[in-house]
Amino acid sequence: MLLLFTGLLVYATIHLPARGDPEAPMHRKENVVGDPVAGAYFIGNAYRDAATPNMVTVILADYRSVDTLGEVIVVFTAGVCCLLILRRRMYD
Amino acid sequence: MTNPSESVIIVVVSRALARLIQLFGIYVIIHGHYSPGGGFQGGALLAAGVLLLRMTEGGRASQSEVSTEAAIPLAAVGALIFAGAGLVTLAFGGHYMDYGAVPVPGVEEPVVRYYGILLVEFGIGLAVMTALVAIFDDMVAPDPYGNAVDAAGDRAGTPPKL
Repeated sequence: MLLLFTGLLVYATIHLPARGDPEAPMHRKENVVGDPVAGAYFIGNAYRDAATPNMVTVILADYRSVDTLGEVIVVFTAGVCCLLILRRRMYD
Repeated sequence: MTNPSESVIIVVVSRALARLIQLFGIYVIIHGHYSPGGGFQGGALLAAGVLLLRMTEGGRASQSEVSTEAAIPLAAVGALIFAGAGLVTLAFGGHYMDYGAVPVPGVEEPVVRYYGILLVEFGIGLAVMTALVAIFDDMVAPDPYGNAVDAAGDRAGTPPKL
């Protein structure tokens, strides 16, 4: 079963486009139905939109900031759960 | 609550080292606009500085860094800075987290976004740092007497109820 699944993954991997291939679907400016691709927009407009040279920071904290807010809430929830489970308190 | 280290060398060296680690953490947060880094990484470094003091100076002496009681409220403040930045942009008529919608006189929209990103990175750093400290404190303080540990690290001295 594992070998079958490994074979399936390897079969899928050898058909992936080469690294940095400008003709790969995720690197084009438009996808197959003609809509603009987000990645090309981020690369082209990150500095113009936020005056920040680090493109990754702009995507994490501006374009995709709601996702990052969810990550912060996950960390905060982990802290609260540790408090609720592990911290001993006197109840009387 | 961890006990202080018995070695003077470890305590003195870790005091100096903790400040350097925290300084580098602040640098990673602020310089995240220009180099790899940001709130999560910088917050982890700030927490590493606090936890180093927790382990060497002891839990009681290092309460002045981030106290056990204040850790979770500060994490909430950090998360609320982030969420509040989004609400401020909503109040000015933009989308949620659309920092450019906040009108600041004399400042162009990309620069407003620049400082919006910086603000939420500080919120992330604060939340991550204090959440990590809170998790550490909860894990190293198994109290056999079932008593709360107060802000000074002292336990109420009642015997266990059997």
